[in-house]
Parts: sequence; structure tokens; C-alpha cells
Amino acid sequence: MTTDPRQSRGLTAIDGAMVLIVVLLMVQIWLLSATLESFLAGNRAAAVPGAIISGILFAACAGLYLFVDRVDSEIRKG
Amino acid sequence: MSWFRRPSSTPLWQDEFSVFTADERYVNRRQFTKFLTLTSLAMFAGNLWILVRSWFEKPAAYPRQTVATLDELPVGGVKLFSYPAANDPCILVRTAAGGYMAYSQKCTHLSCAVYYSQAHNRLECPCHQGFFSIANGAVLQGPPRRPLPRIVLEQRNGRLIATRVEQETV
Repeated sequence: MTTDPRQSRGLTAIDGAMVLIVVLLMVQIWLLSATLESFLAGNRAAAVPGAIISGILFAACAGLYLFVDRVDSEIRKG
Repeated sequence: MSWFRRPSSTPLWQDEFSVFTADERYVNRRQFTKFLTLTSLAMFAGNLWILVRSWFEKPAAYPRQTVATLDELPVGGVKLFSYPAANDPCILVRTAAGGYMAYSQKCTHLSCAVYYSQAHNRLECPCHQGFFSIANGAVLQGPPRRPLPRIVLEQRNGRLIATRVEQETV
């Protein structure tokens, strides 16, 4: 078990970020399937907002990854 | 506070592997987070692919095709035909009102063939009891969520001519 409180706090922060990424990813998977179904049904209007929102979700995931990477770097190397 | 990790003088393999359990927890979580982020990138790429396809896809060109003559069907009569391609089954119905309506025969749920129920004056899918309006192809009941694609008909010289397919009629 982690006894160092600093390490424990870092792990909690990383776990929280991971949960957020998983939630964003589930929304993104739903968005892709809905956009694809709409496109295959002949409706092209959903393609642009789908791509924009998916890009925003990816940016959020990438931001959270950078956060995890930075916490990892700071905690492990002091 | 910087967004990015501080530059490290340690080799990459030491960054990605640790013999210490406490450090290993961090490495595992960081690598899993990287995997999730790359999955998110793949989803974004999928959406971009749909966007590019929707930009470059040309609108479908439909042929003009004679499907029946005007006196061929009695009121309530049905004729099956293929439009616009040979593997696109369609159904032509002379409705109770005397007009002609034509729809794709593939149910929008799981592509079972729909048939005309004269008793209820509607199109019915026998697989999962999906019912469609004969007037506009709208879903009346059942699991389908999209209306039936409608075949636009034109009457000319005593013949019914299919001119195009309307995907979203309702």
C-alpha cells in the first residue's frame, strides 16, 4: 500500500482523471455511432457538429492525459 | 504551472518501467490513460472520416424507370419492383384512395421485407411487428425509428415512372 500521503494524493488525482476520460470516451463512442447511423441513413447535417464535438471531447481527453503525465512526473521525481 | 511534464534526464525505459511498486502504480495508470486518449483520437478520426465522406460524396443519380401502367393494378393491389438498382426491392401499392404510393421494401429496422396489409391500409414488417403509414411511410408502431424511403412516382402517358428516392419523408 502507498504510505506516502503525497503519493496517495497523486494516485487519487490520476484515478479521478481516468474516470473522467472513460466518461468522455463513452460519450464519444455514442457520438460516433449516432453520427454514422445518421450518415448511412442519408442525413449529412450531423457530420459537422459530430466532428466538432468529437474534437472537443478528444481535446479534453488529451488535456486530462497531460495532467496525468505531469502529476506522474512531479510525484515520482519529487 | 506548466501543462507538460518537466524535461527528464533519465532514459525513456526508466520512465516507462519501475521495479518499485509505488512507482509501478503510476506507470500503469499513465500508460492506460495514454491508451484511452489514443482511443479517443481514433473516435475523432472516425468522425472526421464521416465528415470528409459527406463532403465528397456526390448526390445519388436516379434513373427514370417505368414500374407499372396505370390500369395494371386494382385498388388495393400491389406490385413488387426493384429501384434504383436490381438489389433494391420496392413495393408499389394502389391505395384505397385510388392513388399510387411506392416505398422501399426493406424495413428500416433490420431490412426484413415489408408487405401491404389491405385490412389495415398500412405496410407491415412481419419480423418485429413494425408498421408504417401508407400515406407517407412514417413509423406507426414497432422498433423501426426511421420512416420507409419513398419512391417518387410520376404519371406520364398512362405509365407510372419512378424518378428518385426520398430518404427522410417525415
